[in-house]
Amino acid sequence: MVDWALIAESWPLYLNGLKVSLILMAISVSASFLLSVPLAIARVSPNPLLSKPVFLYTYVIRGTPLLVQLYMIYFGLAQFEWLRESAAWPLFRNAWFCAWLAFALNSAAYTTEILAGALRQTPNGELEAARSLGLSTFSIYRRILLPSAMRRALPQYGNELVMVMHATSIASAVTIVELTRTARDVYYNNLAPLEAFGLVAVFYFVITFTLVGLVKLLEARFLKHLRPKTADPRPA
Amino acid sequence: MDPSAIEPSAAGGRPVEKLRADGLRKSFGAVEVLKGVSLSANSGDVIALIGASGSGKSTVLRCLNLLERPNAGRIFVGGEELRLSPGRKGELEAADPAQLQRIRARLAMVFQQFNLWAHMTAVENVIEAPMRVLGLSRAEAVERAERYLARVGVSHRKDAYPAHMSGGEQQRVAIARALAMEPEVMLFDEPTSALDPELVGEVLRVMRLLAEEGRTMFVVTHEMGFAREVASRVVFLHQGVVEEEGAPAQVLLQPKSERLQRFLTNSLK
Repeated sequence: MVDWALIAESWPLYLNGLKVSLILMAISVSASFLLSVPLAIARVSPNPLLSKPVFLYTYVIRGTPLLVQLYMIYFGLAQFEWLRESAAWPLFRNAWFCAWLAFALNSAAYTTEILAGALRQTPNGELEAARSLGLSTFSIYRRILLPSAMRRALPQYGNELVMVMHATSIASAVTIVELTRTARDVYYNNLAPLEAFGLVAVFYFVITFTLVGLVKLLEARFLKHLRPKTADPRPA
Repeated sequence: MDPSAIEPSAAGGRPVEKLRADGLRKSFGAVEVLKGVSLSANSGDVIALIGASGSGKSTVLRCLNLLERPNAGRIFVGGEELRLSPGRKGELEAADPAQLQRIRARLAMVFQQFNLWAHMTAVENVIEAPMRVLGLSRAEAVERAERYLARVGVSHRKDAYPAHMSGGEQQRVAIARALAMEPEVMLFDEPTSALDPELVGEVLRVMRLLAEEGRTMFVVTHEMGFAREVASRVVFLHQGVVEEEGAPAQVLLQPKSERLQRFLTNSLK
């Protein structure tokens, strides 16, 4: 029934695919996070010159499929002669660079919205208290607004990480041999769909639940202050 | 006893003016809630601001540290004028943000809703501003925080998060947070109004202690007992103007204006 020998034989290919998928995810998520912090701050700014362009960016990105975005970057941009003749061309010719750019820009749009939502939920009183004690705007962002918003955003951000992990499978469309592409190759070479795709499903399942578990650990550490607690038995 | 509590005027001599506001005006849209309010406090004064809701008493307090931007008026802290310049919408804003931050650090405020930072423990709430604003090292700030948390009687809760404390404990931590700035003037915006009745006493006791140490305080309050026993001066606001002010015995026991008489009768019910 199940060809265990095939699974054992193709196991090293899958491990290599796993490595590629994880690297792709790690570099995309890092870049997206770094982008999304300033973007979210701009997104909630009262100044429309800052907030509107960011809104437009997240609106467009969230309104189009990631695969289309990747095609636009990898195939679409190549049409422009000025790009092909520019110093940046070696980058845009590279599938890894294009996948990284597409994933980072895509995830940054979602992460920006998650973080902006959490920033907006900051109780106004906490900001007034910070201002009333003479904290600078920079300090208020660094010590009050961002730490408090990032904690609130953590559960949703965990979902976003899982989404990015699953989205890395799209990199197979631009020649990157990550997990899904590995599975497809194994399928084509052996015509054993159950083994080829079943095994890749198990891989994704394990990664997803490892991620979910890690986020739960972070929540236990950083959301302590929101957990209800039984009354302190010591006298006040 | 910390140095900030030692007031030069307490030993006699000329009183030192700590805070003065001249002719504060403030409108919200078409409604003018402050119509030229002037206030001042010398070192060691406890000024109780009383009045019906909507009289503008909280707004006055919030104008003093520019949490609310007045439309007109001048503010002096320890003789230094807060430089204001007209902004958009006809409101005054700080001409120099650095000066505003410096002055705010000298006027610590305690809020009705405590406004502790929810993601920080009690002691983290108290050390934050001394470290970022006054430049204390963490060790110095923690030492200071523990002293003031002990002063307000919540040392045993120093590692608790605000959501895990009672309202009275949160407000006492908020008072410790203000004290840790060793401010020249403390502003209290209805500090007991959000508390359950049985928790009001513990906060008032702490405030009475601070008044006895000779701290300069502005207190917006509905607690007439506190105003009578602790305040050195009571200011009654009505519809955005100071209707009557003076010593508590005079203002609260022999009110001249009919409005104040009516207000006091109602607040005793």
